[in-house]
Amino acid sequence: MLDLRSLDIRQGSFRLRADFRVAPGAKVAVLGPSGAGKSTLLSVIAGFFPAQGGSVLWQGQPLEGLAPGRRPVAMLFQDGNLFPHLDIARNVALGLTPARRLTPAQRDRVAQALARVGLAGFGPRRPAELSGGQQSRAALARILVQERPLLLLDEPFAALGPALRAEMLDLVAALVEETGATLLMVSHAPEDARRIAGEIVLVEGGTAHPPAPARALLDNPPEALRRYLGD
Amino acid sequence: MKHLVLATGCLLASQAAAQTPVLNVYTYDSFDSDWGPGPQIEQAFEAQCACDLVFTPAGDGAALLSKLRLEGARSKADVVLGLDTALMAQARATGLFAPAQVSADYALPLAWTDDTFVPFDWGYFAFVGNADGPKPHSFRELAASDAKIVIEDPRSSTPGLGLLLWVQKAYGDEAPEIWKALSDNIVTVTPGWSEAYGMFLEGEADLVLSYTTSPAYHVIAEDDDSKVALPFEEGNYMQVEVAAMTAHAPQPDLARQFLAFLVSDKAQSILPETNWMYPAVKPATPLPAAFDQIVPADKALLMSPEEAEAARAPALDAWRSALAR
Amino acid sequence: MALRAGALIARGSAGLLLALLFAPLAAILIRAGGGYLPAPADWAAVRFTLLQAALSALVSVALALPVARALARRRFPGRRLFIALTGAPFILPVIVAVMGLVAIFGVRGALNTALAQLGLGPLRIYGLHGVVLAHVFFNMPLATRMLLQGWQAIPAERFRLAAQLNLPPAATFRLLEVPMLRQVVPGALAAIFAICLASFAVALILGGGPRATTVELAIYQAFTFDFDLGRAAVLALMQTALVALAAVAALVFARADGSGAGLGRPIARWDAPRGWRRGADVLVLMLAAAFLAAPILSLALSGLPGLAQLPAGIWGAAMTSVLVALASAALTCLLCLGMAAGLSAVVQGVGLLPLALSPLVLGTGWFLILNPVIAPSVLALPMLVAVNTLMAMPFCLRILAPAYARAESDHGRLADQLGLRGLARLRWLVLPRLRPALGFCAGLAAALSMGDLGVITLFGTSGQDTLPLLMYRLMGAYRTEAASAVGLILMALSFGLFWLFDRGGAAPDA
Repeated sequence: MLDLRSLDIRQGSFRLRADFRVAPGAKVAVLGPSGAGKSTLLSVIAGFFPAQGGSVLWQGQPLEGLAPGRRPVAMLFQDGNLFPHLDIARNVALGLTPARRLTPAQRDRVAQALARVGLAGFGPRRPAELSGGQQSRAALARILVQERPLLLLDEPFAALGPALRAEMLDLVAALVEETGATLLMVSHAPEDARRIAGEIVLVEGGTAHPPAPARALLDNPPEALRRYLGD
Repeated sequence: MKHLVLATGCLLASQAAAQTPVLNVYTYDSFDSDWGPGPQIEQAFEAQCACDLVFTPAGDGAALLSKLRLEGARSKADVVLGLDTALMAQARATGLFAPAQVSADYALPLAWTDDTFVPFDWGYFAFVGNADGPKPHSFRELAASDAKIVIEDPRSSTPGLGLLLWVQKAYGDEAPEIWKALSDNIVTVTPGWSEAYGMFLEGEADLVLSYTTSPAYHVIAEDDDSKVALPFEEGNYMQVEVAAMTAHAPQPDLARQFLAFLVSDKAQSILPETNWMYPAVKPATPLPAAFDQIVPADKALLMSPEEAEAARAPALDAWRSALAR
Repeated sequence: MALRAGALIARGSAGLLLALLFAPLAAILIRAGGGYLPAPADWAAVRFTLLQAALSALVSVALALPVARALARRRFPGRRLFIALTGAPFILPVIVAVMGLVAIFGVRGALNTALAQLGLGPLRIYGLHGVVLAHVFFNMPLATRMLLQGWQAIPAERFRLAAQLNLPPAATFRLLEVPMLRQVVPGALAAIFAICLASFAVALILGGGPRATTVELAIYQAFTFDFDLGRAAVLALMQTALVALAAVAALVFARADGSGAGLGRPIARWDAPRGWRRGADVLVLMLAAAFLAAPILSLALSGLPGLAQLPAGIWGAAMTSVLVALASAALTCLLCLGMAAGLSAVVQGVGLLPLALSPLVLGTGWFLILNPVIAPSVLALPMLVAVNTLMAMPFCLRILAPAYARAESDHGRLADQLGLRGLARLRWLVLPRLRPALGFCAGLAAALSMGDLGVITLFGTSGQDTLPLLMYRLMGAYRTEAASAVGLILMALSFGLFWLFDRGGAAPDA
């Protein structure tokens, strides 16, 4: 259970408040206008940016003071999810261990993850040799081996075409289904939310609203969401 | 047990070292180079001393004295070889040198009475030029001509200091005027002899401040007689190179023995064609013709060490203001 | 977390550097029993030092501007080689470079020979203009590289946008290039100013007499001829203060200035104007190439005849020099990496300080400290490595620190996410990302170290000649041809080491 308790995030004149819980295994889309603070909210949960007040709790334990790598969080950014100087296998393996030599079991685990995202045999290649969609798959393979119970996506598929993006979202949905992880994904597109998210957190006007069921919200949007959707 | 083994080892090592005593000689760089006198001197002395002669090179004569002063009484040096008359007063004042009671029948143009510093070779400073180039006979004639010269800086080189004292000795109170008159002849002033001589060879100047023995190198080593050294009517200033034992020498007997060897015929016959200076004692075998004296003995100029030390600072100020147009 | 450890390492490295720099000064002052106020002649030296350093910096940067601009916007075969070769003067030993300049600009040099054909009288290079000429020869390539980095750091998209808007070259310059220059030029000026402050032999030889006395010469005189340690230490402190001022000015006016590596990589440009501007660029590049290459070529040619007369000690000396260069390169990279890890401007400012301290001051101070403990001659080579490392640090830090900062800003978040810290971060993030910059630094440090006469004469070693020392000894014994040949071998080894490291760093990379 992710618990954002009276979070108060400030950055210059920008301010964002959040106070809600996310149920275990929930798939939540974070929606809102550009500059509302969606990415900042995820950064605070992941530990890249400190909140001014309040607390982020996971299973009742506060996460403050834990380095990003020590949190139960796996995160994909808009870009830079792979080290360009390392091959795909190593990029995935870093989700398991920073050691130079992998055990046979770890090597198998990497190969399985690559096969699961449809990249069997791509291990020795560098990221630059892969297409955008393949790079996204490789990043997802690493998420898979990281086995973190909370997955944060900060629009990692924004640069992909609609069909490819849909394909990636389906893959993400399938992966969190398999692992039982909780998913928070920033999105601009209501159709993405409709596609895989059960709930929506609307970020708007300095507040991150508590999650509400996606379908109901989109079918009958309140004033704030209508402004954003523009109809 | 381990300590015992270690201690025994140290003891044995020091005993082994004690069997062949080491004589440490500090000298200037070029003395100890492969083509300098160092290797031959070392071989000849080791053949008679049952010791190990170790040269430690340290820059030029001035740097040599600085090094010894930095080390002070803790120095390992037994002998310092390569100071000259311009540095002798400073060297004596440090109290780091001891009389060696070595003397010889010196072939210097002046009487040598010092009991601490042993002269081993000497030469005259002179302007060196090309046989077909300008050949002024005095500073005044040089200043009046449009011949171009390269000189060394008296603040950083021994020949530069020699030239400063030369003009001072020859002209006394008139020295600043001579420098003023020379200033339009001076192409440039270099930090050391090597740069000046190199620029002269490149053709940057007609004349360079060097030694009367410089042409001998070109004749003997390169079979080239196109370089000439110029005797001046005022006389040419001398450089006498000296060696001395240190007051705290770990091997005083060997040091004395080495200084005596330095003025023996054996060492003296090695020096001319390796160090390109005149020997301090006339060697048994005559010198090559290229070493014939061009400066008559009564034209030899030299300040006593005390005179040189007193003249240095005021002469330097005069030099600087005369050339800083 | 990782950053905190980095800051700790950086502070440690900076502390070590400060100790290495200032312990010797303290030792000299203690031994001298205090300092002395400088004499009027010393103030004259300070004034001349400032004047020549300021002029040299201004002219170097002014001349580098059109060269860097032409390099930034033109693509031609041999561009990479051009950039590599223009770095050459910087790594030449001073006396070699001066001889090369004399061979071109001297009375019997190529320039005056050509002028004589036109019936024009010989030009003399001695005087303030000669000092500036030599310093420009040494430092214009450095300025060119720093400015070129600035140009290449302007995103290609902005030039694309300018092309799309059909902006005339003057507007492109004002809108895109001037803001960049405002960032980069102060840093380049300060760096070259600082380098020229410590000039000694060049200033004296080409300055033509005592009016071209620099502080460094006054320090030399105080040490060797006057044995006035107190005055030497005070002069050294004054020189350090001047460099510190320049360093602060550089920090205030200029921030990041990009990496020195990967300069040869062609990027498509849309802003290269055609017509007469193209001709002007070609002319600028050809003049720069001639100015920088001619003295080096003439040095190489004059070294050839002496190759037959090389002394027996040459290979031993070459081996010693190469080993010292490799050790200095390794140590420099290690220390710079440590200091870059702090990502702190102050720590990087400290890195400029070694520019101010002459090897003579460092050597003498350490000699005083070490002499009571251990025979200095045993430590001659380690000291040489240490001093060479200090001298190379300011340049390497300027290259490594921004590269380090960029690696962290580009990929630090991902590394944090994966919990990569300490050695794991070094292995998987820092070293691979910094490889080109590290290669460039190692090459630069090795080459600079090859050409440095350094402290070896003071510490005195028997049978451990380095190449510059051997060359100097040959010159001091009338053996000019052999000395030129040793100079040629020295140049070849310096370039060789630089090239090997630089290429090694520039291995295929995403």
